[in-house]
Amino acid sequence: MQELQYPFDSRYIIKKKKSIKRQLLEQDINFIDKKIAILGGSTTHDIMMIMELFLLDQGIRPTFYECEYAQYWEDVMFDNPELVEFKPDIIYIHTSNRNIRQYPALAMSAEEVDAMLDADYDHFLKLWGKIENTYHCPIIQNNFEYPFYRLLGNADATDIHGRVSYINRLNERFAAYAREHKDFFIQDINYLSATYGLDKWSDPLYWHMYKYSLSMEAIPALAFNVSNIIKSIYGKNKKALALDLDNTLWGGIVGDDGVEGIEIGPETSMGQVYSEFQEYLKQQKDIGVILNICSKNEEENAIAGLNHPDGVIRPDDCIVIKANWDPKSKNLADTAAELNLLPESFVFVDDNPAEREIVRTQLNVVSPEIGSVEDYIRVIDHSGFFEVTNLSADDAKRNEMYKENAKRAQLEASFDNYGDYLVSLEMKGTIRGFEPIYMDRIAQLSNKSNQFNLTTRRYTRAEIEEIAGSDEYLDIYGKLEDKFGDNGVVSVVIGHKNGEILDMDLWIMSCRVLKRDMEFAMMDGLVHKAKAAGIKTIKGYYYPTAKNKMVKDFYALMGFTLVNEDDEGNRTWEFVIPDEYENKNSYIEVIN
Amino acid sequence: MSREEIYTRLNEVFRDVFDRDDITVSDETTAADVEGWDSLIHITLMDAVEEEFDIRFDMKTVVKMKNVGEMVDYIIANT
Repeated sequence: MQELQYPFDSRYIIKKKKSIKRQLLEQDINFIDKKIAILGGSTTHDIMMIMELFLLDQGIRPTFYECEYAQYWEDVMFDNPELVEFKPDIIYIHTSNRNIRQYPALAMSAEEVDAMLDADYDHFLKLWGKIENTYHCPIIQNNFEYPFYRLLGNADATDIHGRVSYINRLNERFAAYAREHKDFFIQDINYLSATYGLDKWSDPLYWHMYKYSLSMEAIPALAFNVSNIIKSIYGKNKKALALDLDNTLWGGIVGDDGVEGIEIGPETSMGQVYSEFQEYLKQQKDIGVILNICSKNEEENAIAGLNHPDGVIRPDDCIVIKANWDPKSKNLADTAAELNLLPESFVFVDDNPAEREIVRTQLNVVSPEIGSVEDYIRVIDHSGFFEVTNLSADDAKRNEMYKENAKRAQLEASFDNYGDYLVSLEMKGTIRGFEPIYMDRIAQLSNKSNQFNLTTRRYTRAEIEEIAGSDEYLDIYGKLEDKFGDNGVVSVVIGHKNGEILDMDLWIMSCRVLKRDMEFAMMDGLVHKAKAAGIKTIKGYYYPTAKNKMVKDFYALMGFTLVNEDDEGNRTWEFVIPDEYENKNSYIEVIN
Repeated sequence: MSREEIYTRLNEVFRDVFDRDDITVSDETTAADVEGWDSLIHITLMDAVEEEFDIRFDMKTVVKMKNVGEMVDYIIANT
C-alpha cells in the first residue's frame, strides 16, 4: 500500500489505522502467520497496532502477545505462563533510556561507573540468555536513544559521568552481544531517533501523560523500522534494483544531450550529487542486491552513458540491461523472468512519476517516491528494502553468480543438444548432511525460496541447528560448482523419521540451478541416506501457494506415486525404495 | 472559525479515528458517551485533533479537559 511506503505521513497512519487495517486484510495476499511477543518497558499499545499495519503490508499476518505494562523482564525471567503458552516466533523487546535503572553520579570513581555499567548490562544479558534457552526464537532488542537533556552539555559525551557517555557505552555492549549471537538483532533507535529528531522523538508529554517512551508521531517510524527487521528475518527482503537512466542515474538525457552533455562527476554540483547516488547504488552489490537497468533509450546510448568517464556504475555492474522503447512494465517483467525472480522482488527506481505508477499498477512492484535527486539516497535507504539481518558470504558474490549464469546461457545457446551442454559445464556437486559452516545459508535459503519449494516451511538458524543435531531427522544440503564458478548451497532437503517411513518436511532448490540435474542428484542422495537409516518408504508433500506451481508435479518426476489430493490441492506422494536403486543424475559428479 | 465549522471538522476526525460514520459529538460529549473511547484511543484522538487544527495541546490542557466542549474552546482560543 502506497500510504505505508517511506516517506509516509505518520499522522495519517495514526488517524486512519483502523480503516487501513481493514483494507490490508481485504487484499488478496497469501500471508504468512507469525506470533510476535512485544515485551515493553513502557506503553506499547499503538506500537503494536501500527506494527501490524506495516507487517500486513509486507505479507506477514501477526498475532501479538503484549506484556503487562513494563513487565518485559519479569515476564521472561519468571516464565509467565501466558507467554510460554503463546510460543512466540519472535520476541521484540521495546525498551528505552527510561528503562535504564541508574545513571552515574558525579562523585563516582571510574571503577564505580564501570561496575554500574556491568550491572545495567547484566540485567539485559540475563534476559536474553533466558529467552535463548527457553524460546529458541529470534530476539529484536532496542538499543538506547540519547537522553533529551545533557547536564554536562557537550562534555556529557566525553565525561564518564555523562548520560550520553553512559548510553554510548551500553549501546556498544549491546552491539557486541549482537555480533556474537546469530538470532539476536538490535533495532538501532539511537540512529532512528536521531534521523527523526531527538527533541520530537522524546517529547516528555507522552511519557508523563501516557507512559510512552516516544511521541505518538514517532511511533510509525519505529514500527516501520521493526517491521523491516522482521520481514528480513523471514526472507521478504527485496532482491534487485531496476534503475532508470536519464535524470535518475545522471542529469540530462543522453540521447539528446550526448554522453559529454550529461551531468555526472565532480565538475558541477549536479554531477556530484548523481555521482554520490551511483556510488550508493554500487555499494548495494556488496550486500547481494542485483543491479539492472530499465530505461527508455537506444541501447547504444544507454551503454555509452554508463561508460561515461566519470560514471561509477558500469555496464558490467548490471546483470540485465533493458534499454528500448517498450513499456517499462514489460521490460521489468522480462528482466524478472530472465533472472528467475518474481517481479515483486524488485525495487523500481525512476524519476518519472508516470513510469512509477505504471510499474506499480501493472506489476505490483514497489517504486518509491524518490523526490528530487538529493533525496534519492535517503528515500531508498530509509525504506529498508534490503535490511540486512543475515549477511552470508553468498550475498557478496550474488552479482558474480548472476553474471556466471549469463555466460552459461550463452554457452547453452551454442549447443544443439542440452545433454552435451550439461556435460560441458563439468559440474561437481557436494551432497551431505548439514554442516556448521552452512547453517546460515541453509536457514536463509529456507526463508527465501518461494518457487521451488514443496511445503514453504520457514526455519530459523536455531531450528536448523536443532535438526542437524537430532537423530530423528534426515537433513541434506546440496552445493553445486561448475566451470564458471561456485553456486554455493543451492538445495536443502529435510525429512523426519516415522518408523520405516520418512516424511518430507522440506524440499527446496534455488531457481538459479534449474534444469541442471541437481534435483536428481538430491533425490539420489536422499535415497541413499534413507536406505542407510533403514527407511523403506519416503512420503512427499506438496502444499500449493501462489508461487510454487512449478513443483506441483515434482515428485512424479522423481518417481513418486500420487496417493492423495484434497480439495485445496494439497498432494501426498509416496516412493517405495527399491532394493536396486538406480541413480537418476548422470551429469553431476557427486562428492559425498 | 465558527464553533459550527469546528464541529464539522471535529466530527470527521472522530469518524476517522473510530472508523465509524455514525458518530456526532457535541459540547457535552465525554469519553463515556462514545463506544470504544478508552484511554488508548484517546491518545490517537488527541494527535488527530492536533493535526486537523494545526494546534498542540499542552499537558495542562490535556489533564484538565472534561468534555468535547472544552476541547472546542481550546481550539477556538488557539487558532
